[in-house]
Amino acid sequence: MGDVMMKRLTRAALSGAAFAVALGGVVAPAYAQRDPAYAAARAAGEVGEKMDGYLGIVGAETPELRRIVNDINIKRRSVYSQRAQATNATLEEYALTAGCQAILATVPGEKYQAPDGSWQTRTSAPPMRDSRCP
Amino acid sequence: METRELTDPKGPAKTRNMQGSRGRDGLKSLAVMSLASFALFGCVTVEAPDEPIVIELNVNIRQEVIYRLAEDAGNTIEENADIF
Repeated sequence: MGDVMMKRLTRAALSGAAFAVALGGVVAPAYAQRDPAYAAARAAGEVGEKMDGYLGIVGAETPELRRIVNDINIKRRSVYSQRAQATNATLEEYALTAGCQAILATVPGEKYQAPDGSWQTRTSAPPMRDSRCP
Repeated sequence: METRELTDPKGPAKTRNMQGSRGRDGLKSLAVMSLASFALFGCVTVEAPDEPIVIELNVNIRQEVIYRLAEDAGNTIEENADIF
């Protein structure tokens, strides 16, 4: 009697654990958030997305903005380099493609670089992108 | 004894210009003329484009390459949200 009860309990506990694992797999992993200083500079339009896949300083350069931009761009370059190798592409090809996507992903108010090289503020309208962008 | 002539008498060694039947020279001039006329009528005219030529960034990167990488690049941006 007690033995049967024990088995039931064990089974319930096991299925519960299995359910939790399944749930954890379904829920998207929480990706790291932007650094607050970067997020603030981006929202203020002090930095923007360039066509080449890297971050640029929009207005006057300050040491703090240069630090933020360099830090992000070094990390981006590292990621681009890995993915370019994995996809049998060049670093420039991969970076330009990521630039297309990053400009598309800007939200209204953020800055991006138009094909003529000028800085634009993203509106609700689609951004002006390189003609080769998908 | 019989006297022998060396050879039969020959005419001038070379037919002069504008003489003789249409031989090799005639053919040659015909070919030159037809070539000249072909060159005259086969001219290709190149017109300058109306729109200014825009020099794009990394012109050597082709669109199909970007299309191939687009999905992967999109995922990369999502997975590295802290630096994008």
